[in-house]
Amino acid sequence: MAATSLRKRPLAREANITGWLFVAPMVLGFLVLLIAPLVTAFYMSLTDWPLLGDAKFVGFDNYRAIAADAAFWKVLGNTFYFAAGLVPLNIVLALLLAVLLAKPLRGMGLFRTAIFVPVMTSLIVWSIVWKYMFATDSGFINQILQLFGVQGPAWLYDAKLAMPAVIVTSVLKNVGLNMVLFIAALQQVPGHLYEAARIDGAGRTTQFFRITVPMITPTIFLTVIMTVIGSMKVFGQIFVMTQGGPGGATKVLVYYIWEKAFKLFEFGYASALAYILFFIILAFTLIQWQLRKRWVFHES
Amino acid sequence: MRADALKSRISIGTALHYLVLAAVSVLMLVPFLWMVSTSLKEPAKIFVFPPEFIPSPVRWANYAEVLKTTPFHIFYFNSVYIAVLVTVGTCFFASLAGYSFARIPFAGRNVVFLLLLSTMMIPTEATSIPMFLFMRTIGLVNTHVPLIVLPIFGAGGIFGVFVMRQFFIAMPKDLEEAAMIDGCSRLRTFFDVMLPMAKPALASLTIFTFLTCWNDFFDPLIFINDRLLMTLPLALSLFTDEAGTAWHLLMSASVMATVPLLLVFFLAQKQFIEGVAMTGLKE
Repeated sequence: MAATSLRKRPLAREANITGWLFVAPMVLGFLVLLIAPLVTAFYMSLTDWPLLGDAKFVGFDNYRAIAADAAFWKVLGNTFYFAAGLVPLNIVLALLLAVLLAKPLRGMGLFRTAIFVPVMTSLIVWSIVWKYMFATDSGFINQILQLFGVQGPAWLYDAKLAMPAVIVTSVLKNVGLNMVLFIAALQQVPGHLYEAARIDGAGRTTQFFRITVPMITPTIFLTVIMTVIGSMKVFGQIFVMTQGGPGGATKVLVYYIWEKAFKLFEFGYASALAYILFFIILAFTLIQWQLRKRWVFHES
Repeated sequence: MRADALKSRISIGTALHYLVLAAVSVLMLVPFLWMVSTSLKEPAKIFVFPPEFIPSPVRWANYAEVLKTTPFHIFYFNSVYIAVLVTVGTCFFASLAGYSFARIPFAGRNVVFLLLLSTMMIPTEATSIPMFLFMRTIGLVNTHVPLIVLPIFGAGGIFGVFVMRQFFIAMPKDLEEAAMIDGCSRLRTFFDVMLPMAKPALASLTIFTFLTCWNDFFDPLIFINDRLLMTLPLALSLFTDEAGTAWHLLMSASVMATVPLLLVFFLAQKQFIEGVAMTGLKE
């Protein structure tokens, strides 16, 4: 008894020292690069903080100003519009492609690669290329339309069409990612379920909705939430394709934050906007954690 | 008769199957073909109708012009070296911490891990304003330091810790214990025994980190002003404004920015796709 505790104590101390040493760089980074700025951002959101000169504490004035800011509500609406367009399109298309590619037919690898290529492309490059695809007079889409005698619209300069164009660009960019996640999930569905269903005379559609969908529901939900969170942070494609225009029709939350903070240097106001983004994402993350706990978190 | 009907129905199904996949694949590849095609056009041919899909004459000079008028090789170098440093740093510090969280029973381990995990979702956009002011105060705005340090020790690094911990937890303990009984220190056990076994997880993390860093846009946009310090995405996005409708040059630049990474992808696509599938739930 005495011998074991004598042996154990230095070991436990060793574990404490090495354990902490090994995690120290990350914990330090976490404190300095995440927690400190997060707390500071909240403090800043309660101030009037100009580029030069002293900050002035103003309480919740910034938040009140945001609530009364018509531009903010438009930006928030645009952000949700983007998400409402992107998420269903992305998920449905990704799921369809995953189901099609899961069939052991010839050439599936080739299609998978082709659809995955945009994921490997820089978002900025992809957006530049699509800005050109949508260009009014020399763009691919309008050139093709013209071959059929149709005068194509000014896609990115039309308040009604700009956002759908950005959404299509974004769906095509990332659908391959969700597709790959769905393929991985489909491979986990036990084959005997389909056999049993076939013997019972279930058709392909019935099999899809009665077996495939229920079996991969956890993956679908997680993917939906991650895609929603991603679309709350949309920025690069807007920056390249429309700069928030025309007339603010595609100005989204992160673009507005960037503009307020780094073009107009209204750091206090921008911090309050950033905190609103933080809380929106926090809400979706909490939902995701709840789902994870219920479905897939087989943690020790 | 019935067998025939069944057979034709199956082949119609298969045809439809291929048709959908082919349509989507074409939609994915057309932008690339259009990009390459335009990158080789004479400026005057860009607005010509009907469009020339195969440019004649082929004008390679567009590429030379981009290289001559912009410090493209410097943007390239900046992007590559930052992404490499971030990837190496993330893999090193994340696996060190991941191993510790998985295997060393130090006091406070679970609390610290949960705290780290809970901050993984903090969007960079929410912390970027104080971070910018902080970096400005210590004179690191307009340097590459924030672009390297923030991903390694920020949310990206913590995600890496999570991935590596999951991997180490699932690993058998025998080898590690044998090494420790033979008198190996923790550090040597980690480097000589555990890290070599973690290659699959490290490969996934490498791919994921490299891609994320290579594509990062928001941070470079905030922290970098000097043209010569810019990364590829940032330089390209600003080039869009300058070039206006000089699409042939923009497309040449885009081709040069895209092709090398795509070549690597084609050579190792299995690892890429699996790596992304394994770690991909992040983005």
